[in-house]
Formats: sequence, C-alpha cells, structure tokens
Amino acid sequence: MPKDLDELQADVTRCMHCGACVGSCPVNAIYLNEVVLEFNDDCTLCKRCIKVCPVGAIKLIGGR
Amino acid sequence: MPDFDVVVVGAGPAGSMTAKFAAKNGAKVLMIEKRQEIGSPVRCGEGISRSWLDSVGITLDSKSIARQVKGAKIVSPNGTSFYLSEKMAGNEVGIVIDRIFFDKLLAHDAVKAGADLMLKTSAVKLLKSGNKITGVKVKSFGETKDIKAGCVVGADGYESQVGRWAGINTILTPRDITSCFQYRLTNISHDADYCEFILGSAAPGGYIWIFPKNEDTANVGIGMQLSKLKDPGDVKKYLDRFIQKDARLRKGRPLELVSGAVSICAPIDRTIGDGILLVGDAARQIDPITGGGISNSCKAGKIAGEVLGKAVKEKDFSEKSLQRYEKGWRDVMENHLYRNWMAKEKLVTLSDETFNKIITTLNEVGVEKMSTFAILKAIETKYPELVKEFQDFL
Repeated sequence: MPKDLDELQADVTRCMHCGACVGSCPVNAIYLNEVVLEFNDDCTLCKRCIKVCPVGAIKLIGGR
Repeated sequence: MPDFDVVVVGAGPAGSMTAKFAAKNGAKVLMIEKRQEIGSPVRCGEGISRSWLDSVGITLDSKSIARQVKGAKIVSPNGTSFYLSEKMAGNEVGIVIDRIFFDKLLAHDAVKAGADLMLKTSAVKLLKSGNKITGVKVKSFGETKDIKAGCVVGADGYESQVGRWAGINTILTPRDITSCFQYRLTNISHDADYCEFILGSAAPGGYIWIFPKNEDTANVGIGMQLSKLKDPGDVKKYLDRFIQKDARLRKGRPLELVSGAVSICAPIDRTIGDGILLVGDAARQIDPITGGGISNSCKAGKIAGEVLGKAVKEKDFSEKSLQRYEKGWRDVMENHLYRNWMAKEKLVTLSDETFNKIITTLNEVGVEKMSTFAILKAIETKYPELVKEFQDFL
C-alpha cells in the first residue's frame, strides 16, 4: 500500500461476503475467508473494488 | 507419497462434478469447502436448461427443482415482449433450480462415487516444488495443515485464488466483469411460466432477470458491466429503481439477498499447469452473454474428472498429461464462448432504440432457433444497416 495512510475498508454491516471485489482485484490484494474480508499490502488503491461491490460496502478511508 | 491423488478446492457444481468423475475413475479424491454448508449462501439466478443434464449424468431430485417454465420472455426497453419456447431459449432456460439443494445433490453424487469431503476448510496457500504444485495448505476448523496431492483442482469460483497462486492468469478487465445483485422477492405477480430478461438502459451493459421460483415468488436480479458503473452501490440502486417502477414487483418483499460478480470474458489462454487445473467460474468458463455458468461448469468438471482418472493410472499429473483436459473442454465450448464474447462486446454498445427495433423485428419475422446467426438473419430482413455492425458473425 502507498506510504500515505489511505486505505480501503469493508463496512462489515453492509458486506455480503460475495467475493465480487476479490475476483475483480487486479493485484489479488483482497482475501475473503468466509466472512472476513482483508486487504493486504499489494493494494494499489485503484478503487475497482469500490465500483464492483454490488452493495457499496467498500470505502476509502482517507489519511491525507 | 501424496495424501490424495486429487484435492478439489470448492464444492460448487464444478468442484463436485470434477470430484465425482475423478473418484469414479479410480482417483483418491478430497474436496474441501470453506463454507459451513454446501450450496449456501446462494450466488446465482438459478436458471438452467434441461438439455445438457443427461450428458453429464445428473438426475435432478424433486427438491432441486423449484419451477419448470415454458420458455423465455425477452423484454425490450419500450416493454415489448418476445417469447421463446424452452427448446429455443438456450442454456439457461427451462428449470429454475434451488441451488441450496442442487449443490448438495452434486456433492452427494461425488461422495457416493468415493470422494472425501471436508467443510469449513479453506485453502490458504499452494504447496510447490519449483513450478510444480504438490498440494495445498488448508485451514480446517482453525487448524492449519498441509495436504499433499498429485493434482490440485481450483474450483473456487469467481474469486478464485488457486489459479492466481499457481501463476495462471485469470485477471479480468472491467468490461469483462458483471456485477450482480438479486432479491428473492415474494408477494409479486410475475408471469410464473416464463424466465424474463429485460434489456436496455435499465441495466447498462447487462440485463435484469425475473426467474420464477413459484406462483408469487421469483429471483429478481440485475447484472451490470463494471465499466458502466459510476457510484458505489450502483448495482443495487438500479435494481431497486426498476422494482419500484414495475407494478408487478412493487409490493414484493425480499426473502433473500444475493450479490456477486460474474466473468464475461473471452476464453483464457491456459487453465492447467504441473499438478494444477482450473474448472468452472475459476477457469472463466461462463457464457459472456447470459452470465450462466452451471452447464459449462458441469461439462468441464466431467471432462476434468475423467482426465484426472487417466492421470492417476499413468501416475502423471504434469502439464502435458493435463493437456487432455485443456483440449477437452475447449473442444466442447471454446468456440461458443468466444463467439458470445464477441457478440457481448457489440450488445453492450446498443441503444434502447436499437433493442426496441430488434425485439419488434423478431416478433414480426420470427426466428426458428435462438442463435446469434438466426437472430441476425431475421433482423437483416428489416434493418440491413443494423446488421452491418455484426458482419463478423454472418
């Protein structure tokens, strides 16, 4: 992840654990183990996951 | 000495069919599933056709069948319907199934054939020796363990990790991804004898479906091309808007929410490696027009299982040995997938006005078979200029 503090987060109360973001991630930075959705350090903040999420559960948490 | 000849990751239709036919052909098979129940949560519109079931050895039980329909109803943006009988309607129309039972039925068939099965067991990493896959590290009920296998099968769906870990390129571009949302709506007054497909700007780059589960309940869903999405949560918003506008659906209330994504890409270059094979959604074997994947998953799974049976007898799980699967599934569906991907690339560019013209023409001229060719021929009689764009197909 870039050095600033921006990061992507899934709103657990909205997330359907469907894996739409996981399969759409171009750098495989999202891991879904049943109901736990985690972003790893490979994330480039391309935000594709924000768009693909059918219910809008993923948000960019701003650090700057 | 490997613990198993074959470890299948994922117990959906692709995984269970692979496990069943591998076990049937003499392989020692383990299938693992990360969820605690097979078939749940559902991530599917649940429409299939009857035509291919016999050829892959599936006999549906009564619980797997929610509703039998007469055919498909294609609806243009201006509300004109074109009806297709079941025979003509392609791979996704005929029966609306209950995946929660259907997936269990296929897993049962795999177990009956001799496959072992573990739930709540996730693959977390592939074991490798050089480029060769030698097994899989799993987390099972909190315990981590290594399972050695002759071949690992990635049947882990749209979000497939196994293929990526093995270095197989399954990455999709935004125009080859459809984002989906669905309600199982009850208390509605749809036409329960037809699977309905609504085209046009109600679902940019995709369509809205109404697949009847019974007289007053249906799967009402939407798929939209990722490259056409703008704001977070657009997919659900488009579906909600559609439901509110439709008098038949407005009073409906949800029994279930389903979300997910589907690949609508051209066939990928490679689905095998040394000790590794991908099948189903993980191998991107989805029809790029309908987004349907069950029939292809089952067909490819059967081929994979049979090839793995041979590989066990020959004690050879090399890429060269698994090449028989690569060729086998491509012989059955590659041309069709490629043509439908090209057609999809055109369809997503059409305006509402063009969809209206197409549906009107199909009603006037009729079409004997639901193939791209037959439809284009029909349209050509009235709108030759429209068909010019599709010259590649004729």
